Amino acid sequence: MTTTTLAVLVPLLPFLGAAAGLLLGRTAPGFVRPLAVMPPLASLVLAVLVAVRQGGDRAVDAATELTPTGSVPIELALHIDGFAALVAVLVAFVASCVQIYSTGYLRDDPRYPSYAALVSLFTSAMLLVVYSGDLIVLLVGWEIMGICSYFLVGHYWETPEARAASIKAFLVTKLGDVPFLIGLFALATDAGSFRITKVLDTVASGGLDHPTLIALLLLAGVAGKSAQFPLHTWLPDAMAGPTPVSALIHAATMVAAGVYFVARLLPVFEASQAAMVVLAVMASVTMVGSGLAALAQDDIKRVLAYSTIGQLGYMTGALAVGDRGAAVFHLLSHGAFKALLFLAAGVIMHASGTNSLAAMSRMGNLRDRVPDAFWTMTVALLALAAIPPFSGFFSKESVLGAAEHVATGHTEHAPGAAGWTVLVAGLLTALLTAAYATRLWLLAFRGHGAEAPDHGRQPRTMTVVLWVLAVPSLALGGLAYRSLPGWFDGRDLTPTLTTSVLGTGVALVGGIVTYGAWRHTSTLAAGVPLGAVAAHPEGDAGLVEAEAIASHAPAYGDVASAPDPADPGRILLGPLHRHAAVGFHLDAVYATLFVRPVQAAASLVRFLDREVVETYVRGAGALPRLLGTAVRRAQTGNVQTYVSALLAGTVVLAVAALLVATGA
Amino acid sequence: MTLAAAAATAAHALAVPASAAHPTLTTAAAETHGFLSPTGVEVAFLLVGLVTFGAALVTVTTRQLVHAALWLVVTLGGLAVEYLLLTAEFIAWVQVLIYVGSVVVLLLFGLMLTKAPIGRSPDADSGNRWAALTVAVAAAAALVWVVVDAFRATWIDLDGPAAGTTAVTGASLFQNWVLPFEALSVLLLAALVGAIVLSRKAKAESSSPPVNSRTITESSPSVPDSRNHTIGGNGPVEGTGPAKQEGAR
Amino acid sequence: MHLAYPAVLAALLFCTGVYGVLARRNAILVLMSVELMLNAVNLNLVAFDVWLSRTARDTLHSGQALTLFTIAIAAAEIGIGLAIVLAVYRNRGTSDIDRLRDTAEGHEPDGPESEGAETDGRDSHDPDSDARTAGPADRAGKAEATA
Repeated sequence: MTTTTLAVLVPLLPFLGAAAGLLLGRTAPGFVRPLAVMPPLASLVLAVLVAVRQGGDRAVDAATELTPTGSVPIELALHIDGFAALVAVLVAFVASCVQIYSTGYLRDDPRYPSYAALVSLFTSAMLLVVYSGDLIVLLVGWEIMGICSYFLVGHYWETPEARAASIKAFLVTKLGDVPFLIGLFALATDAGSFRITKVLDTVASGGLDHPTLIALLLLAGVAGKSAQFPLHTWLPDAMAGPTPVSALIHAATMVAAGVYFVARLLPVFEASQAAMVVLAVMASVTMVGSGLAALAQDDIKRVLAYSTIGQLGYMTGALAVGDRGAAVFHLLSHGAFKALLFLAAGVIMHASGTNSLAAMSRMGNLRDRVPDAFWTMTVALLALAAIPPFSGFFSKESVLGAAEHVATGHTEHAPGAAGWTVLVAGLLTALLTAAYATRLWLLAFRGHGAEAPDHGRQPRTMTVVLWVLAVPSLALGGLAYRSLPGWFDGRDLTPTLTTSVLGTGVALVGGIVTYGAWRHTSTLAAGVPLGAVAAHPEGDAGLVEAEAIASHAPAYGDVASAPDPADPGRILLGPLHRHAAVGFHLDAVYATLFVRPVQAAASLVRFLDREVVETYVRGAGALPRLLGTAVRRAQTGNVQTYVSALLAGTVVLAVAALLVATGA
Repeated sequence: MTLAAAAATAAHALAVPASAAHPTLTTAAAETHGFLSPTGVEVAFLLVGLVTFGAALVTVTTRQLVHAALWLVVTLGGLAVEYLLLTAEFIAWVQVLIYVGSVVVLLLFGLMLTKAPIGRSPDADSGNRWAALTVAVAAAAALVWVVVDAFRATWIDLDGPAAGTTAVTGASLFQNWVLPFEALSVLLLAALVGAIVLSRKAKAESSSPPVNSRTITESSPSVPDSRNHTIGGNGPVEGTGPAKQEGAR
Repeated sequence: MHLAYPAVLAALLFCTGVYGVLARRNAILVLMSVELMLNAVNLNLVAFDVWLSRTARDTLHSGQALTLFTIAIAAAEIGIGLAIVLAVYRNRGTSDIDRLRDTAEGHEPDGPESEGAETDGRDSHDPDSDARTAGPADRAGKAEATA
């Protein structure tokens, strides 16, 4: 088979698996698990094959035009360069892990067939985005991901949190997608084609007429999908979905799509200095804000969600300084360790019966209950905190190195201001990342108190996946940073000494400070009993998680934070804690700025419809009704009356006809 | 008067083959016979016609229902005489046989079976009678006007061989009209079956206990006074009547 | 003979029949009036047939043949019509046409035609309700109660 055929099969197989799973889900439950697991695994194999054949050489391009579509042609096109090949491998890998993990995590869920089919469809859409060489085809995958995320986040639709979160995820990402669509059209109009290669050629020859406008419009969509400030608010709420879905969304699909899209069209953004600065500011605000917010979250998954936002900030930061190699490198390593973090968090939540860190910190022995999750999560947290030699260190250092490169003026494809912004914010975020990673680890695994309730041994499918994911989290960065430039732009990804020392230093400082704060506060934990635990010894992990999410707000007063004085984040953040816990009131700002006006307008429209329009309608109906009543009185039911009228009419007509015929 | 001309034209149009074949015939007849120059047959026709029309008027106005049927006999018999005067002898006898002989008998049976009151019934005419009168008079005026205008000079030559003897009619019927004639027999058969089906009692009614028929006979004297009862002849609820009675017993 | 005589007589008989159909209350009298109208048509047919057979040398005698057909059909019609009237009478207890008003708009049994207490709106809207047999049944029930 040619590379093109293989590449077409990669997104097609999960799609067919999804269709078959949806069709057979009810009638043949035995096929559901194979249909869920096999297509991503096959796609993984094929994606690896495609990557090996492509080998970082010239991009594989193939296109076919199905039908003429007007002035700007739309083609089914493949464009596989080194970025696409490697990202596809990551997507297929994480999706396979998630599917295998889900068979254990949701083993008793009655909606598992549709869930698995949607995950497959999600994967297929992401692979389509990755491989597509045409912007409209890319947009198709982009939107399918939007709707899949809506369904999957709302998987526990019995809980109001999940319903609200799914709608929020959908609306916020769509809010970004509208400018995105307009931007795509503007780009295609300027370039005369939706083909990515042609667009890039146009940009290279300086044929783009409105680079800033286009770049900013596209950035809105990217911010929505990749959860960048100010459209990031859906991501923490999306934690109301099942944990494997979070892993999928955060590691491989959805949020990666935005970064990947910018990486692919980076020359378009580079054509506008303003867009690069905006991107840099966006990335910096996202990084720092999410780091602060993560430090204040009580829900373990929300901590991870904010950390995702922060890591995505690193990626967009790398893009803002014009180094897409570093961005995609971080995307790859982050995909591995973030998937691991989420899946391990799922195991921990199953074992502890809660998603609250405050409750976990009051449980002894949780570490021994889930040894697999403990060790793998430790690895992943070290990777997250960018401690050498874990993979996160290399990718993050490549980002910081690129920023420093730009800041010191060694390159001209990004403004120096962007470099400085990203560098400073990146270092600050490294400190915060290490702090919240340490806090998470300490609260989850170093708790004191009663034994955690026994939920039985974790399914083997779940624990094995953790170890599989731990390997790249541990080693990917160190092994790959030398060979990756050959796949990417050729720019060096080796850590530079300055940033390495700085980054690792601030990370260590953050960790140590957090440890100190924890030593100070952990003694308080025993004094303040706290926590509610969902105890379902027989239930599967999904059920436990759904209950934990649903009971968090009633038990602790809020879905995000808990009134826990033993929290080290409380000391570290000081007065900021209150604001960080609610995401710096961004939701409240949105509610004031958008939701309330929309609701007011809706009630105005309802008033106009009910009271004004309806009155006219009723008035218009009154006269016909009166006439109808009058006519109805003629229906006496007496046949003779009817016939009399009929014959009278006939006589009149006949006489009239006669008179007319005779001309009288 | 232009109307007369137009009506005459219409009559000519009706009789196109006639006027085409014999263009002078009608005009010649019109010349020979004036509008009011009665022959003996005409006088007889007129007198019998008056009796017929008067009997018809009594039929539709009398308050005694049985009398109406009897006056209908007079009307139909008068019409039979008119057929004879028009030399249509076979039709006349068929008229006597079928109408006077069977139809009126059927109607009388119908009156009996529906317990029509003997004697004068004050409400024989419905409240619609004035509207009916208006319509009928208007229609009569229009029709008579048109007919007289069109045919006042048209003459029927009744001399010569009779046009409606049994031989002539039979030959025409079985030479030219045999197929419709046979089709008519099928129609009569269908009517026979239909009448039987309709007048048969409904199945639910016949299967119900004799109590039901007793109630019918009991209640029948009060039937003319009975109000706007709506009573189903069949259907599942039909059983409630007997059931109620059983329950009452 | 002038054609006008039978034609005018037919027209008058027809209109008499029309009056009867419109004004008579009893369904059987309406049927009689229909017979009158049919006979008026028959008279026309015969008269014009005789006229045409002389004037136009018409040998088809379509008028007389049609008259015979009309008579046969009228006989069938009277049979069916009477059967229908009898069925209606058996079901409704009346053969008065202006009491058969179920098709009236907003059919209210408490209208001018009915003052019967035992017929309520539900009964008259429900064609299957047997108010006539229910009436005696109620009477029987009362008799049972008094006995």
